[in-house]
Amino acid sequence: MATKTYLDFEKPIIELENKITELKSMSDVVDISEEIKELEKKIDELRLDIYKNLTRWQRVQIARHPERPQTLDYIENIFEDFIELHGDRYYRDDPAIVGGIALFNKQSIVVIGHQKGRNTKSNLYRNFGMANPEGYRKAHRLMLLAEKFKKPVITFLDTPGAFPGLEAEEHGQAEAIAKNLLLMSGLRVPIIVVIIGEGASGGAIGIGIGDRILMLENAWYSVISPESCSSILWRSWDFKEQAAEALQLTAFDLKKQGIIDEIVPEPIGGAHKNHTEMFKIMKEILTKELQKLINTNPEKLVRKRREKFYKMGVWSEK
Amino acid sequence: MPWFLRSKENISETQQKEMPDGLWTKCPSCSEMIFKKELEENYFCCIKCNYHYRIGTKEYVDIILDSNTFNETNTNILSSDPLNFVDSKPYKDRLKVTYDSLGINEALTTGTGKINGEMVSFASMNFSFIGGSMGSVVGEKFYRAAKLAMDKKYPLIVITSSGGARMQEAAYSLMQMAKTSAVLSELAESGGIYITILTDPTTGGVTASYGMLGDIILAEPGALIGFAGPRVIEQTIKRKLPPGFQRAEFLLEKGFVDLIVPRNELKSTLTKVIKWFKS
Repeated sequence: MATKTYLDFEKPIIELENKITELKSMSDVVDISEEIKELEKKIDELRLDIYKNLTRWQRVQIARHPERPQTLDYIENIFEDFIELHGDRYYRDDPAIVGGIALFNKQSIVVIGHQKGRNTKSNLYRNFGMANPEGYRKAHRLMLLAEKFKKPVITFLDTPGAFPGLEAEEHGQAEAIAKNLLLMSGLRVPIIVVIIGEGASGGAIGIGIGDRILMLENAWYSVISPESCSSILWRSWDFKEQAAEALQLTAFDLKKQGIIDEIVPEPIGGAHKNHTEMFKIMKEILTKELQKLINTNPEKLVRKRREKFYKMGVWSEK
Repeated sequence: MPWFLRSKENISETQQKEMPDGLWTKCPSCSEMIFKKELEENYFCCIKCNYHYRIGTKEYVDIILDSNTFNETNTNILSSDPLNFVDSKPYKDRLKVTYDSLGINEALTTGTGKINGEMVSFASMNFSFIGGSMGSVVGEKFYRAAKLAMDKKYPLIVITSSGGARMQEAAYSLMQMAKTSAVLSELAESGGIYITILTDPTTGGVTASYGMLGDIILAEPGALIGFAGPRVIEQTIKRKLPPGFQRAEFLLEKGFVDLIVPRNELKSTLTKVIKWFKS
């Protein structure tokens, strides 16, 4: 897939790619296929090298890549017969959280996820994936639907945070998130959570309690974004790299901390480089994870889910 | 200290709001000079404008629980620094300075006590301890207070005041929202009652988890209660917020708290609720 947006650390790759294009335009005159092959090999090596040694801040940038697969892309490509269900049944439909019913390998499921846009227009419509209380309440009613008909729930997390707006407060942002946490802690059907891009704070965990927590290799998940953390703790926006390091917010960090269960590998160069491959990986992992959970009895499921979260945290006890 | 030696920090807003030493204090809301002893007798509320001063667990224990019934629990659970977090100063140092200067061991104090003879599991937050922020220790102590309430069939009473999650514990602190909500779902299934008292200020992850999950949600007059802080909202919407926005009275009007209770009526209100629950 040809990418249109490049990240600054991908510059060496782009320079080589441009060189190839240049050479190709001259190939009518002289035979340079050998040189091109050589260069292409070099690009692959370079990409492997760059992507093997990413800093935390670089991963944050990949997680935000506009061409990265989003919730609706995964839904479209790994589920069948998806029907989107709109609205919280109280006030309105929030386009920053999408949800509905679908089939996954012939199993009926309920799927919910944050939805970002790809360009200015769609981002304005989706509010950049920042949900209002109505989004969390839509998720709430869809989870109850899943429980009523004994269908598993799959959620995709991809948000820069819950929307900090005037109406969001007026309509009870905190209450809406808290109610989801309470419901998900006791929901009597399997819940699989996948952090696909950004997992920022309460806005992310608001649909993020589950039996299995999976996280893409280049996603991030923490209590605050590196930028906001920098502005609060360093009193300047300039320390985002340090903040990203300090927060230890990558999938590898969180696996070590016992906060996520599984790291979902991405194609080399990131999920945005190869959507088809990414969907294939996601489908395989979700199939495997759902199989593990599908026949667990509800009491045991809920007990184990709660115990999993009870264990989270580090303290000393003398 | 002479005025020309005074550093800027000493006259910051937060310090003004805390209880100053000396015999007199000026009300931060109406500027009335109040005799400190009189303020104490008036539940740390301004005698002229009823401004509710920010107070800590020690004061709430005196106001709400029967005298000499409070038994603090979980005093041995302390914050460690799992991520070796360093911002402008190391988290370890921040913790040590806070312990030493306040003599409080965390942003949440837990224990048992009696309210007009009825045993309760009691937890109260301390805003002075790193902004009442919720990290692993707050989560664990809350969890144990809720478990105790479940095991002993005590009502769970929680007083909140918090700026949100403890950033220095990153994802661990975020997970405390899940942990505290999970234990509350277990408490709810067991039929236990959970009462929250939201005090100034209660924001962020604490509001969006156990703050808003009370069977009964009480709030003190004038308390700031919300998810996002007012400054963040103003930056986002690029205009000033209307007066009274996110105050307890606003939340009552919008339907998110059950009742606003002045501090001097907290104990009698709790007594009635517990009596209703037990009868």
